[in-house]
Amino acid sequence: MTGTNPTVAPSESNGALATTVPSSAPGGLVKSVVALDRVVIRLAGDSGDGMQLTGNRFTSETASFGNDLKTLPNFPAEIRAPTGTLPGVSSFQLQFADHDVMTPGDAPDVLVAMNPAALKANLAELPGGGLLILDSDEFTPRNLAKVGYATNPIEDGSLEGWQTVSVPLTSMTLEALKDSGLGKKEAERSKNMFTLGLLSWMYHRPTEGTIRFLERQFRRKPEIAAANIAAFRAGYNYGDTTEAFAVSYEIKPAPMKPGRYRNISGNQALALGLVAAGQRSGLPIFLGAYPITPASDILHEMSRHKAFGVRTFQAEDEIAGIAAAIGASFGGALGITTTSGPGVSLKSEAMGLAVMTELPLVIVDVQRGGPSTGLPTKTEQSDLLQAMFGRNGEAPIPVIAPRSPGDCFDAAIEAARIALAYRTPVILLSDGYLANGAEPWAIPAVDELPDLTGDVGFATEPNGEDGEYLPYLRDPETLARAWAIPGTAGMQHRIGGLEKADRTGNISYDPANHDFMTRTRQAKVDGIAASIPLTDVEDPDGLDGEGARVAVIGWGSTYGPIGAACRRIRSSGRKVAQIHLRHINPFPADLGEVLARYDRVICPEMNLGQLSMLLRARYLVDVQSHTQVRGLPFRAAELAAVIQDAIDTAQPTAVTPSAGSPAVNGAQQ
Amino acid sequence: MTTVELGMPDAPTPIDAAIARSLEQHGPKVTDLKGKDFKTDQEVRWCPGCGDYVILNAVQSFLPSLGIAREDMVIVSGIGCSSRFPYYMNTYGMHSIHGRAPAIATGLAASRPDLSVWVVTGDGDALSIGGNHLIHALRRNVDMTILLFNNRIYGLTKGQYSPTSEVGKVTKSTPMGSLDHPFNPVSLAIGADATFVGRAMDSDRKGLTEVLRQAAEHKGTSLVEIYQNCNIFNDGAFELLKDPATGPMWTIPLEHGKPLVFGPDGASCVVREEFGGLRIAETNQVDPSEIVVHDATREDPSYAFALSRLSSQDLRYTPMGVFRKVQKPSYEAMMAEQLDEARLQGPGDLGALLAGGDTWTVDA
Ligand SMILES: Cc1ncc(C[n+]2csc(CCOP(=O)(O)OP(=O)(O)O)c2C)c(N)n1
Ligand code: SF4
Ligand SMILES: [Mg+2]
Repeated sequence: MTGTNPTVAPSESNGALATTVPSSAPGGLVKSVVALDRVVIRLAGDSGDGMQLTGNRFTSETASFGNDLKTLPNFPAEIRAPTGTLPGVSSFQLQFADHDVMTPGDAPDVLVAMNPAALKANLAELPGGGLLILDSDEFTPRNLAKVGYATNPIEDGSLEGWQTVSVPLTSMTLEALKDSGLGKKEAERSKNMFTLGLLSWMYHRPTEGTIRFLERQFRRKPEIAAANIAAFRAGYNYGDTTEAFAVSYEIKPAPMKPGRYRNISGNQALALGLVAAGQRSGLPIFLGAYPITPASDILHEMSRHKAFGVRTFQAEDEIAGIAAAIGASFGGALGITTTSGPGVSLKSEAMGLAVMTELPLVIVDVQRGGPSTGLPTKTEQSDLLQAMFGRNGEAPIPVIAPRSPGDCFDAAIEAARIALAYRTPVILLSDGYLANGAEPWAIPAVDELPDLTGDVGFATEPNGEDGEYLPYLRDPETLARAWAIPGTAGMQHRIGGLEKADRTGNISYDPANHDFMTRTRQAKVDGIAASIPLTDVEDPDGLDGEGARVAVIGWGSTYGPIGAACRRIRSSGRKVAQIHLRHINPFPADLGEVLARYDRVICPEMNLGQLSMLLRARYLVDVQSHTQVRGLPFRAAELAAVIQDAIDTAQPTAVTPSAGSPAVNGAQQ
Repeated sequence: MTTVELGMPDAPTPIDAAIARSLEQHGPKVTDLKGKDFKTDQEVRWCPGCGDYVILNAVQSFLPSLGIAREDMVIVSGIGCSSRFPYYMNTYGMHSIHGRAPAIATGLAASRPDLSVWVVTGDGDALSIGGNHLIHALRRNVDMTILLFNNRIYGLTKGQYSPTSEVGKVTKSTPMGSLDHPFNPVSLAIGADATFVGRAMDSDRKGLTEVLRQAAEHKGTSLVEIYQNCNIFNDGAFELLKDPATGPMWTIPLEHGKPLVFGPDGASCVVREEFGGLRIAETNQVDPSEIVVHDATREDPSYAFALSRLSSQDLRYTPMGVFRKVQKPSYEAMMAEQLDEARLQGPGDLGALLAGGDTWTVDA
């Protein structure tokens, strides 16, 4: 065991608060407890090391303890890249705190590296002085050579800038399991649980949840369950008794609104939102989907909820997925299709059919890095313009985006509401970061969820003057067409992709009719603005436009990083307004006016400026685009620098920042 | 057909409610219909003389015999001349996009097992752009009837060769003759393990009606290949079989339980060959026991496949009728069963679902 004792609270360097309370541990060891307000931990290991599982368990423990948190799983597209190599490194980062947090943290305070590859891939992001925990057993000449370490960093002094604790995690796991009856290979697999036990001790996490989880997970293999639990306990006890860790940390629960909470990922929340939309509309759900990262988990989750009248159909390709959903919608179900960018490309022609036939349909695009196969497991927001315009002809489709993992639930219900009320396909743009990231979620009361039954309204009686059924007769307010489903007598009608005559829906090649119908379809989508809230502006320092002179506008998953950056700006004494869009098509009715109130509008996006382009085109505002496509969410510090620069150069005299506190690295998150 | 099992037994769904309301308004379902009841007010716009007319008439006059109400029937088509079919049928219908009709129909049939779902498609629609959907629909065995109008040409786009055109076909896009080998749609369907496969001729009202009747009664996916004359771009494509002088010579009528003897005076017959194959023989040259007795219900598709391979690209020795008709559970029925099974402990409880997993409470 080499390395120095971590006696300094790892987060102090990043500005977190810490207070020390001594305590005594068994064996006469004097251990101290340091109180922190927040911590960012990153677990890194080989794809086969179970880092995602470890991270998820630590997250669950942390959530049930009552901290607020955000997570960032980051894993390779390969299921198992060669062991011990850089491409095979998988990591999981989470930030948890005694207050509300908006991001998984820019950089870790603590890095756990299970092998040399994990160290090499992540060390650059661990700030100097940060706590580094290594599995010394894995630092063998062979493993070091695999990633090009000429000497062992544990021994060559190259880790002196960090508080390095190197611990033989693997051999201690084997020792703890020597009587388990498991072979060496199998026993070694539990080292992630040993590590989890150690971290659980370090951060005073409750342990019952993990034990229950392991029992449930390995129900059919009790010896494996027992081994994992034993390793988990051994890790915990090791922390409690070893001299290697003299300090443990306490992060108090965060104040949250009263209520019942659970931890939830974006994909889970989205799937539950879709199930809820079915229940709240009374319609059976039909999901047609083809597996694709990072959307597949929605299909998996939905397929477990057949008791809710949910039919899931794993189609032969993405085209069949959406086509089957359209067929189901024609029959009166709520048709849904879920995919990622490449799948959206395949679906575009069928989306046009849904636009033309004016049937309700929810299209979920969990965006990933593109183009083509791109970065399957990384996040990006680069499908926005595809969602807006990626079809032949004038084919307007409403577009909405969730802002956080939990918000995926509400966004799914909102997508269904628009689809049903306006008889239109709706695109819901999630992304890889939201999909796999998790946060505590206040469980909503079912009867407080939107009631969608009023949006269904199947036509059962002829609506024409001559007792005929006119499928393209519209509701004067929403412009939604009448929706009669097969099985209703006297309402037989034909729809399709050819241009429809107004009212009758018969084929029409009439120039004036096509012009009219094209404009009507557009007007219907534009009209949705009447049913959505006005622009969401957060400017705690003043009424809209009275306080801040600079606004940051975003959509989707950048909400957290932008929000965190704005907090830094505000705590430096500057003013900034945060505008976040749930609805991108149509925009909120007042968006143009709102944007016009500011001297400067900054738009950070994980693409090359797609929302900026829309805003500039639509409102003639000189939006300043700030972009990044690294496959990872923005860092709050980086955004804060951009915002601060905009504020300081926009109004150098008007700003009165509190002395000596630059926004960029001063404040929380 | 009045009850709809949609997977929510606790409260009637809006679908149940709509159908119940329609029954109140219209009285019981009308199922004693005439052929003309299936006509619409839309002007039929195929070229005069097109084989599609004959098929439309045959379908309209045969449908009443099924005793299905018009509102319980849905016809989904793709794109092509043939795919205009739904507009002329007084049922529910969707004229969709090129090649995707089987997928659309799958979603509809899977979520509404109470409906009678039909697909109308062309040789380009079904076998070129939509080939993938077709084979997957067939292997899944969703309850629907697929009518494949094969005119061995792209009609709507004005006469390019299609995946069923014979090699060497000279068309606008193949001035020196087409190079690729055609699909035999029946072989393809049997290869995909379709549970019902038949073939009929547009002009043969009786034969067509008989195959359609069996296809409609079959539970599962039925594929009926209908040879259809495109008198504008591929006129006379099936003349060899239609011409009374040559037709009987080259047509092998398939009748379940009957020996496969055909041709003028029953001069030709089908006998077994090595490796599970079949071949044509002269009836008077073989022992009657060697002549194959047609059995469409054989579980193993190899016999039906061998039968489909008797015909060549130029249509000599073309079996007509039902090749294969076997029973297998249909997809939508199994899907409904899974839903029922999932509800054995009662319908889903949304509140419990949302609060699933580890939860904690923050007190006021
Ligand atoms: C995506 C797409 N590609 C191409 C076309 C053009 N197109 C329309 S029909 C057709 C071929 C139709 O042939 P077939 O299915 O044999 O029908 P037929 O007209 O012969 O009845 C083509 C290529 C289209 N409508 N959509
Ligand atoms: S082009 Fe051929 S298939 Fe199309 S309508 Fe005319 S005759 Fe019929
Ligand atoms: Mg054709």
